[in-house]
Amino acid sequence: MSDLRDLYQEVIFDHYKTPHNYHALPDANHVAHGHNRLCGDQLTIYVQVEDDRIKDIGFEGAGCAISTASASLMTDALKEKTLGEAEHLFEAFHHMVTDTDTDTGPVQDLGKLEVLAGVREFPARVKCATLAWHTLQAALKDRAAPVSTE
Amino acid sequence: MKMDSKVLHRPCETNEMERSVDRWRADFPLLREMVHGKPLVYLDNAATTQKPLSVIEAEASFYLHTNANVHRGVHALSQDATDQYEAARNKVQQFINAASSDEIVFVRGTTEAINLVAQSYARPRLSEHDNIIISAMEHHSNIVPWQMVCAQTGAELRVVPVNDAGELDIEMFARLVGPNTRLVAITHLSNALGTITPVQRIVEMAHAHDVPVLLDGAQAISHLGVDVRTLNCDFYAFSGHKIFGPTGIGVLYGKATLLDAMPPYQVGGDMIRSVTFGETAYNDLPYKFEAGTPNIAGAIGLGAALDYVSAIGIPAIAAHEQELLSYATGLAANITGLKIIGTARDKASILSFTLDGVHPHDIGTILDHDGIAIRAGHHCAMPVMQRFGIAGTARASFSLYNTRAEVDALMAGLAKVQGMFQR
Repeated sequence: MSDLRDLYQEVIFDHYKTPHNYHALPDANHVAHGHNRLCGDQLTIYVQVEDDRIKDIGFEGAGCAISTASASLMTDALKEKTLGEAEHLFEAFHHMVTDTDTDTGPVQDLGKLEVLAGVREFPARVKCATLAWHTLQAALKDRAAPVSTE
Repeated sequence: MKMDSKVLHRPCETNEMERSVDRWRADFPLLREMVHGKPLVYLDNAATTQKPLSVIEAEASFYLHTNANVHRGVHALSQDATDQYEAARNKVQQFINAASSDEIVFVRGTTEAINLVAQSYARPRLSEHDNIIISAMEHHSNIVPWQMVCAQTGAELRVVPVNDAGELDIEMFARLVGPNTRLVAITHLSNALGTITPVQRIVEMAHAHDVPVLLDGAQAISHLGVDVRTLNCDFYAFSGHKIFGPTGIGVLYGKATLLDAMPPYQVGGDMIRSVTFGETAYNDLPYKFEAGTPNIAGAIGLGAALDYVSAIGIPAIAAHEQELLSYATGLAANITGLKIIGTARDKASILSFTLDGVHPHDIGTILDHDGIAIRAGHHCAMPVMQRFGIAGTARASFSLYNTRAEVDALMAGLAKVQGMFQR
């Protein structure tokens, strides 16, 4: 049986209580709103892209420990990354939180994002962990309609 | 030695109640399930109730021994299926004390019942000068059908506010209802707050303006005694699965005079008297509203569920649930940082709350790990959440088979949640 501690790690609580990059960006050139229909959580991602690189990134909104920590960790991880690297991280992250087949070998090195690996044992919470990432994708693709994790 | 009779009386009563609950629990096989290796504590009864063995057996028995279509065949099975289906309708009629079984329309659930009334009763009567009245504590299923019919006709949707306790503002209702009101649609028992609404006063006030009233009884049906003739409501909607019956079966009660004057909601087989390509004559009530092959086994299962409830009696169920709710409310009030959402004077079966610094979903996940099932989120009542300025709540909802020990487990779970988040 999966352990609650695998999901609620110390780092998650730290980022939930004191989220990093929790602010709007006045110079953002990409913004998107995300919405988890299951629980009503909403968040907004602000991205400032310069020369194909994420110069700055921030978020606002209210969510559960998992979605808030995931948004906080994501913004930390993406600063100064190229758009190609960001896309690659999204895919790796998505794989990490959704693929329950652990025989496929260790996930690629995701650094601090790996504290969210426990989410895959809690299928009901995967959408919490991926909300920020789906919203980021919408922001970078300049999709006007709010994204949902459905 | 002389003993104080009051002191003696209470423990006896409690023991007797506990014995009853033990007996009732034994009727529900699912309650013996283990979840994450722990005994299930099922406190999500407002979402759906578990089913007693008698309901499961009634459905199974239909498919094992009787299955045939209704109102069609001359063969024995079809006749037997029709008899059982119509017997279920009679059980519903008796359960809610309707004047006639013609007033009982089988539908898929509360949602379909309300959509039926919105489209078949309200829509032909609405123009841009008219209005429909709902309350600020409705489930989405008693909001969106009215929004849709108002958009279709240009009518206005008026919303009766609720106060900070989650009680209906009856004075505002008196001001909102008027000669251009075509229907009042209001919950009998709020799914998000547990508020029992003053439905008899609402009906009296609406009827003073000749305005009919629909009551959303999805929650009320298993907790409050529903007598449609005493309530004098014009429509009453409920779902079978919230009163120990199967999913996919529900009831629209409507006064025969109103139902008679309404066009069919869906059209097809079984709801017609005769069809030519030039003209179709519709069937009598209630079949006019039951197009296509109905959920026969579901109706029979619902009949069995109502038999089960009637054998115990709503008063005994309500007394037990009130005792549990008051026990849980007392314990919850002692938890620092816990805020009960919905503190109406008249409440039933629902404890909705927030916990400082902890999102309801995290509460739900941590409790689930101990086998405790609650609902976390907006409960399909987002306007209620907006009214109270919150994203969602955690909600424990009680039924006849819940125990004080389960309430204790819930409180222990909440202490664990706080322990995890307060490090």
